[in-house]
Amino acid sequence: MINFEIDGKPVSVPKNGTVMDGANQLGIYIPHFCYHKKLSIAANCRMCLVQVEKAPKPLPACATPAMEGMKVFTHSGQAVTAQKGVMEFLLINHPLDCPICDQGGECQLQDLAVGYGASASRYTEAKRVVVNKNLGPLISTDMTRCIHCTRCVRFGQEIGGIMELGMAGRGEHAEILAFVGKTVDSELSGNVIDLCPVGALVSKPFRYSARTWELSRRKSISPHCGLGSNLIVQIKQNRVMRVLPRENEEINECWLSDKDRFSYEGLNSEERLTRPMIKQGGVWQECDWQTALEFVANGLKDVKEKHGAESIGALGSAHSTLEELHLLQKLVRGLGSANVDHRVRQSDFRADSQMQGAPWLGMPVAEILQLRSLLVIGSTLRKDHPLLAHRIRQAVKHGAQLNVINPIDDDLLTKVRNRAIVAPDKIVSTLAEVLKAVVELKGVEIPDDTKNALSTVSASDTARAMAASLNDNKPAAIFIGNLAQHHPRYADICKLAQHIAQISDARFGVLGEAANSVGAYIAGAVPFDNRFGNRNADTAQGRHGGPGANASQMLGMDDPASGTGCKAYVLLNLEPELDSYNPRHAVKALAAADLVVMMSAYKSRAAIEGGHADVLLPIAPFTETSGTFISTEGRVQSFNGVVAPLGETRPAWKVLRVLGNILQLDGFDYETSEQVRADVLPAGNDVSAWLNNSLGSLAVSPIEAGKENKGSEGLQRIGEVPIYQADLIVRRSEPLQRTRDAAAPLAWMPGSLMAQLGLQSEEVIRLKQGEGEVQLPVAQDDSLPANCIRVASAHPSTAALGGMFDQITVEKS
Amino acid sequence: MLSAESLKKIDYELTKYPADQKQSAVMSALAIAQDEKGWLTTETMDFVAEYLDMPSIAVYEVATFYNMYNLQPIGKYKITVCTNLPCALSGANEAVTRFRERLGIGFNETTADGRFTLKEGECMGACGDAPVLLVNNKRMCSFMSNDRIDQLLEDLSK
Amino acid sequence: MNQPVQILLAGLNPSDPDDWRLRNYEQREGYAALRKILSEKIPPEKVIEEVKKSALRGRGGAGFPTGLKWSFMPKQYEGDKYLVCNSDEGEPGTFKDRDIMRHNPHMLIEGMLIGAYAMSIKAGYNYVHGEIWDVYERMEEAVDEARAAGYLGDNILGSDFSFQLYNHHGYGAYICGEETALLESLEGKKGQPRFKPPFPASFGLYGKPTTINNTETFASVPWIIRHGGDKFLQLGKPNNGGTKIFSVSGHVNKPGNYEVPLGTPFATLLEMAGGMRGGRKLKGCIPGGSSMPVLPGDVMMQTDMDYDSIAKAGSFLGSGAVIIMDDTTCMVRALERLSYFYYEESCGQCTPCREGTGWLYRIVHRIETGKGRLEDLDLLNNLADNIQGRTICALGDAAAMPVRAMIQHFRDEFAYHVEHKRCLV
Ligand SMILES: Cc1cc2nc3c(=O)[nH]c(=O)nc-3n(C[C@H](O)[C@H](O)[C@H](O)COP(=O)(O)O)c2cc1C
Ligand code: SF4
Ligand code: FES
Repeated sequence: MINFEIDGKPVSVPKNGTVMDGANQLGIYIPHFCYHKKLSIAANCRMCLVQVEKAPKPLPACATPAMEGMKVFTHSGQAVTAQKGVMEFLLINHPLDCPICDQGGECQLQDLAVGYGASASRYTEAKRVVVNKNLGPLISTDMTRCIHCTRCVRFGQEIGGIMELGMAGRGEHAEILAFVGKTVDSELSGNVIDLCPVGALVSKPFRYSARTWELSRRKSISPHCGLGSNLIVQIKQNRVMRVLPRENEEINECWLSDKDRFSYEGLNSEERLTRPMIKQGGVWQECDWQTALEFVANGLKDVKEKHGAESIGALGSAHSTLEELHLLQKLVRGLGSANVDHRVRQSDFRADSQMQGAPWLGMPVAEILQLRSLLVIGSTLRKDHPLLAHRIRQAVKHGAQLNVINPIDDDLLTKVRNRAIVAPDKIVSTLAEVLKAVVELKGVEIPDDTKNALSTVSASDTARAMAASLNDNKPAAIFIGNLAQHHPRYADICKLAQHIAQISDARFGVLGEAANSVGAYIAGAVPFDNRFGNRNADTAQGRHGGPGANASQMLGMDDPASGTGCKAYVLLNLEPELDSYNPRHAVKALAAADLVVMMSAYKSRAAIEGGHADVLLPIAPFTETSGTFISTEGRVQSFNGVVAPLGETRPAWKVLRVLGNILQLDGFDYETSEQVRADVLPAGNDVSAWLNNSLGSLAVSPIEAGKENKGSEGLQRIGEVPIYQADLIVRRSEPLQRTRDAAAPLAWMPGSLMAQLGLQSEEVIRLKQGEGEVQLPVAQDDSLPANCIRVASAHPSTAALGGMFDQITVEKS
Repeated sequence: MLSAESLKKIDYELTKYPADQKQSAVMSALAIAQDEKGWLTTETMDFVAEYLDMPSIAVYEVATFYNMYNLQPIGKYKITVCTNLPCALSGANEAVTRFRERLGIGFNETTADGRFTLKEGECMGACGDAPVLLVNNKRMCSFMSNDRIDQLLEDLSK
Repeated sequence: MNQPVQILLAGLNPSDPDDWRLRNYEQREGYAALRKILSEKIPPEKVIEEVKKSALRGRGGAGFPTGLKWSFMPKQYEGDKYLVCNSDEGEPGTFKDRDIMRHNPHMLIEGMLIGAYAMSIKAGYNYVHGEIWDVYERMEEAVDEARAAGYLGDNILGSDFSFQLYNHHGYGAYICGEETALLESLEGKKGQPRFKPPFPASFGLYGKPTTINNTETFASVPWIIRHGGDKFLQLGKPNNGGTKIFSVSGHVNKPGNYEVPLGTPFATLLEMAGGMRGGRKLKGCIPGGSSMPVLPGDVMMQTDMDYDSIAKAGSFLGSGAVIIMDDTTCMVRALERLSYFYYEESCGQCTPCREGTGWLYRIVHRIETGKGRLEDLDLLNNLADNIQGRTICALGDAAAMPVRAMIQHFRDEFAYHVEHKRCLV
């Protein structure tokens, strides 16, 4: 530690610490613009100049290393003169039109100018004018205001992982811009808006819509990916106007993904459902809640009487709260059915009987930085988990080795040590090779439950390199991504990966797809005997014994021909044509049912026009209700509504409670969402005992056999979920829908396949899965594995297709 | 995108730097590309970025930072006259006047026939030979009296 | 070029177009110092010791003692270290490195080799000013010659000393003469200076320990090794060892490079340069390149040409560029041109320089074009104060010092301009 003094107060900082670090510790504010604790030190704004005893000139606090015994003065005459001088320089070319600037009221320059600026300008020359740039649909520019602090440039290079902004030109002519004709497309781009200390980079969607002092700030939690980013939601007249990061070093640090930041535009979408709607005689009509709820209750009772309780099923979204999902499962279980699930995009449920707890990250998010080796399996990492990807990039920067097994070779913006880009049906065998390699490396026995499976496998060099990487660099971790979780052999992937982790002494984790992926298990929104989490599960199980139908069974996917679907469905916060593994089957199963109740914040166009819904109940999105999400690291985060529900919208937990009451089920007497939560979680909300990735004694199927082969004789589809299609809210955020990441899906395939099929780029082809067919233009991506076609799922233009990773055929049109 | 000959030159430059520091060759690569193409188009810069494995915007930063890169189409001969103080003390301004008169253009302008572009330059490190100028960045002409300027223009107009 | 003591330009025969070649350099005792070191296996510390003794000070502008700088390099360092030569000569008035490289390139190469040996460095770069393309090409050829002759490469002259040298060219940015901007530029980036510390000796090229010296500094080293540091020191004055090339430009009869012992009276130098053009009166002189304060003619005539004497007179020896201005010179116009230069060449990184240089220039321009105000002079001084010492690199100081010195020494002329809206001269 280095001991020194600032303004007479003693302070000590670690070696390599700066004067600014010391000041921060003491709570002494030193004015600054370019300095940012998460970015490299540029020392270019010179606003932080301070006096240092014995130094002939003022020194920048942000960059000056602390020295033993040094005496620093932040407010001495020399320091203040220097700071005022810099402020004058900053202002000469800065427009002094704060009243019309979007940053007004939250501008560091404005704040400091009040303290350090002179009242009259000595600058009488013409001011510089800089033309604005088009950086895309999210960031609006007012480049004349730029003070060249380069925070935005450093953000791209150091955090975003991609340099999209730069400072071109030199001297007074230097300008921040993107390369000619390019926009800023990173999934973390919005952070530069927060970083910009002036009004040069501002939010395009928010622009000119409100002044900061008109906004009230409320805390919330992101409902999107599994990270659980902490949010500040800003409100004006009961409308969400803007979302900003709430700093939490252990979760999102001071960042937000663009999805977390700009999705709120979807909350104000015109598609919001504001009154219940019922379809009668094929015609949709709005109605009051009483009518709607009675209709639902009667409908459920009818189905139960006619077809038995087992023909009722409930599907919820893992973007819904713990409380909502708990009441959803309680409702169906109360009716006598165990058919409840939230895993609508999962296709392999063989592990269910062996699960020991809720699958989770297996470690705290913050510890990712300490990892020295990682294996990520089946993940569009940057798009599914933008800030986890950033954490991993930082780990790699600190020396970690990143290994990847994936069907897609998307740029992770960081060094990948070993990669196996293989067709979906080769993921299992690739993993088996890695397992074989660690087994050999460690000289241990092959685990019994994989003996059969591994008998024909021999490890490739890549597999050996991955095994060695995990084994030799500690701590290490293996993460299972969304793609792997949707994979037709998820259970085998999981099991093999766990063995690898165990033998190589690595952590093992599942990257939670949604904000409440962990919570959904704990709430009991799964059809099997739920020993962990749901204390009420016993009642349902006791009465009916045995597990209920999982999502796939409910949606008739296992055997669509026999039409094993349910007769009544309650859907919570889902659009089945976009949110399920096989949308075509899902829609078919729903269409065949007697009753489909959709609880949703939106008038889902497909449901209304497509005829697979009978009732629409307007429920509150996360901003209009209280609730709890349990993040992928098992962190329980409760939040309150930040605005009143729109129109006649009601929080889903209340709707389910009333339904329970109407149906005269026991235990639906909650007054608050906190009471619901208390019913699910133990005192103190510590769920760690229920987090467990182990799959017990599940045996791995023979490597070359299994479900996948059914669908892989010909071409395989790689049907990942695009970043801005993952949930109902983000789908309706217009600015996000205008980004490059939201571009309509294309039929991506390697050039070799194009040649084989005689296809040209941009040629529109017919893609078929079963009876489902869509037409899409061809696009070339030579990094895709042979015989694979990447056709995104969860998009209206591909919703007519079948399974995300099933066989697909191509015809020229 | 660039000729084989240019690529060969860039490849030679690359041998000067450690294998993981390809970006170090960006200045010479841009100079070589400019020699071939006359000026640096967006496509050329993009190509260089790809060739050296660096972000396009980083190439653009470099291209716009250093004065001798042409980011606009220019005349066949770019004449850059140093007008800095030492040269000015020894006739640089008179030389500029001569060019203005003879070519009918000012700084940053190109003659109608597309032959000459006139540029103002900063110190070229040859102040003892004032006035000095550069033709197309690479040919330095010294002691540019009016007669020598006339002679130069005559040679270049051939 | 017929001075008694010459080191850098000694024995050159400019009429022979091949004079620069290796064989001619060898005839002028070229590479003898390197051979001596390698054959006698002189320990690296001894080499640095010799350079320290010579009191050789950096010829690039700052005048930092070279031996001391070399001793800052970490000795027990695993991994690469770099040696960099700053041949990005762009300081207005300076044109000496160009002559060293075109007439005596091997002397620079030998100097770098000795430096590399002394600091156990295996690779080096010579960063050549982009505007002197023919010199860059000559350096490329000279390096090829040296490599072919076994002076560069692996196991030089059969020893276990290896050194690779490469040339890198600039392309029009004065700021790349600043050593850390030069390193950034070498890394393929914009030439924006780095904040120091860390200094290049610990974090230099590609983040590795690096020593940077000026061309003339390196070129002085072989002589020091051949003749001993003491002898070099004796050529000049204490603390100001050796000879120095002065680039004399402006209103003299014979502008050019003159190598003289440090401590030579200015008057002698002026005489060597053929005296004042047209026999006019010396009005002012910038003795160390355009970044240094101007001195009035009469002060100059009393001053000797060495670091300490010029500093005492109120300016700096800098790069040794001597800009001579006679009594026909309008000092407002001169300052306007200089201010324009710094405004043009500011890298744009730090606030006082980016914003301040433009402001300075615009005010001087206003005065020059008859729109000045009397308060402008104090404003100029105050702005110069607000720039100097507050920037990342010394370009800010370089922009500020000329302004202050011009106003200090020629205030009347500026006032006249403001009042009469025209020149005094
Ligand atoms: C704005 C600026 C321009 C400079 N230009 C040059 C230059 O052209 N050549 C040079 O050798 N040093 C130049 N320097 C000085 C270098 O930063 C550095 O001090 C020098 O190369 C060190 O070598 P030396 O110790 O041998 O002098 C410049 C410094 C500044 C601040
Ligand atoms: S002083 Fe000028 S040249 Fe030096 S870093 Fe600052 S802006 Fe760049
Ligand atoms: S905050 Fe220190 S220079 Fe900008």
